[in-house]
Amino acid sequence: MELAQANLEVFSAALLELARENPDLLVVTSDSRGSAKLASFVKAVPGQIVEVGIAEQNLVGVAAGLAAAGKNVFAVSPACFLTARSLEQIKNDLCYSDRPVKAVGISAGVSYGALGTTHHSLHDYAVLRAIHNITIVAPADNFETREGVRAAARSTAPVYLRFGKKRMPHLPRVAPGFELGKASLVREGTDLSFLACGETVAPAYEAAELLAKGRIHCRVLSLHTIKPLDEKAVLKAATETGGIITVEEHSVNGGLGEACAGLLLQEGIQARFKIVGFPDEHTVTGNQEEIFRHYGIDGPGLAATARNLLARAGRIPTLQSKPD
Amino acid sequence: MLTKRDLELKSVQYRKALLRLIRACGAGHTGGDLSCLDILNVLYNRILRVSPETFQSPDRDRYIQSKGHCAEALFVVLADRGFFPEKDLETLNRYGSHYLGHPTRDVYGVEQNTGALGHGLAVAVGLALAAKMDRKDYRVFCLLGDGELTEGSNWEAAMTAAHYRLDNLVAIVDRNGLQITGSTEDVCQLSPLDEKFEAFGFAVRRCDGNDMGELVRVLEAVPFRPGKPSLVLAKTRKGKGISFMENVAKWHHGVPNDDEFSRAMAELEAAEAAVA
Repeated sequence: MELAQANLEVFSAALLELARENPDLLVVTSDSRGSAKLASFVKAVPGQIVEVGIAEQNLVGVAAGLAAAGKNVFAVSPACFLTARSLEQIKNDLCYSDRPVKAVGISAGVSYGALGTTHHSLHDYAVLRAIHNITIVAPADNFETREGVRAAARSTAPVYLRFGKKRMPHLPRVAPGFELGKASLVREGTDLSFLACGETVAPAYEAAELLAKGRIHCRVLSLHTIKPLDEKAVLKAATETGGIITVEEHSVNGGLGEACAGLLLQEGIQARFKIVGFPDEHTVTGNQEEIFRHYGIDGPGLAATARNLLARAGRIPTLQSKPD
Repeated sequence: MLTKRDLELKSVQYRKALLRLIRACGAGHTGGDLSCLDILNVLYNRILRVSPETFQSPDRDRYIQSKGHCAEALFVVLADRGFFPEKDLETLNRYGSHYLGHPTRDVYGVEQNTGALGHGLAVAVGLALAAKMDRKDYRVFCLLGDGELTEGSNWEAAMTAAHYRLDNLVAIVDRNGLQITGSTEDVCQLSPLDEKFEAFGFAVRRCDGNDMGELVRVLEAVPFRPGKPSLVLAKTRKGKGISFMENVAKWHHGVPNDDEFSRAMAELEAAEAAVA
């Protein structure tokens, strides 16, 4: 697929548009304006950025104070630090205190690749899902990023926005529009559903295209809002298609997959089900693409997982393919 | 305007109300409540430009209580100032009540939910920075416990306050010298706090944090220097006002029994008579 811009670039452009419309919109950064692609923002609206240095706890606390004074605040920092070091500030100063700050985790997941686990955020969905009063959003492509940023700016409650930094393809959409908490249907199909989020929607779509060549037609949903989950879309996928594969750039513990599994179990729906994400082990070294491939989060890997799931269900003959 | 004597009388009355409250609900951070009560008294009765009528105004002074565990002291003062009926406090800590052991914004008059230590100053910095941006003249006061100053987040916020020249920010340290384990200096040396805050860019003044006259004089003098955040190092006594609670670490969250309560109230009655 042809690549468009990195979601991070689109985030920065969307934020600048919003900042020009609203002088009370502020960005707070922790020595992260370069990583966040905010150079144009700084140049265009220098009075609307607050720098706190490498101090993530302070970043969120100061953002809460600014929001308490009526500012529309985007607190921007690498996701690995933002959702770990300043987790207590997110929990107490934003969520518990009802301060509608937009916490923006940049270079999320394994975007930093070979910089290693200190710089990876494979825990953020899990920890934030367990905190009341925050919406968790991981846009799949440039369109969802732009719409997600604009929707977050309008939100009267805290939002966590998560972006990677690689260039993303424009994904097709069966239905137009974007709404927080409502999944985007990227591809229709009934044999199987890929429920993915963030930068894993593109490989899920690629897998669906590969499978279509073998006449296996998969539904692909971008569950860009991990919380609140679009329960209706998940239940429909479970009842209308032959199984579910969830895909996320996150630990298999506590993320999108377990959210979907918990929903189905409690609704009494049995579905063939597989969570694809990062296993509970030290993450292999490599760039993001290599790490994705290692864990089967690429088109061929996900296609193989799909075939295995369907084969186990007796829907297609058992294949010699990459194990899941 | 309340005189020094009026404030002294209020401080005794607040202590009586505080002990009744802690006694009734069976919990509270008695020692710290008593050490910071005089600071709250002076803030709410002489310094802060805020009232129940102006609490929604964007121009009001803000007060953030970083040492959130001393919520009972704040609640007693807010009730007296008319933010809510004193009778409401009968529900403190009860099932379903929005009056709980730490300040929350569900209580009218509370600016920010606190309780986890090391959070208040950064929020206060954000509020003060917004005032500068909006060219508003409100001030932001933040009360810190001395024990919580080992939280590194305070020093992150202190650097930001000085960097942005927030002379509309006043941090007050309730320097009672004790924390739950014992002396703050034995747990992890804090001194010299004045030099530390000066090094971080604050203009610092010391005062007796249980002396109405000194508190009024120092807090009326803010900002101490243009372009610098102010730091009041208020030397206090934990358990202040009750002889057997003063400077005794076990009263950090001790609740008086019948005998202790009677003795404490007798001391306060005598103090009230002496002031009156």
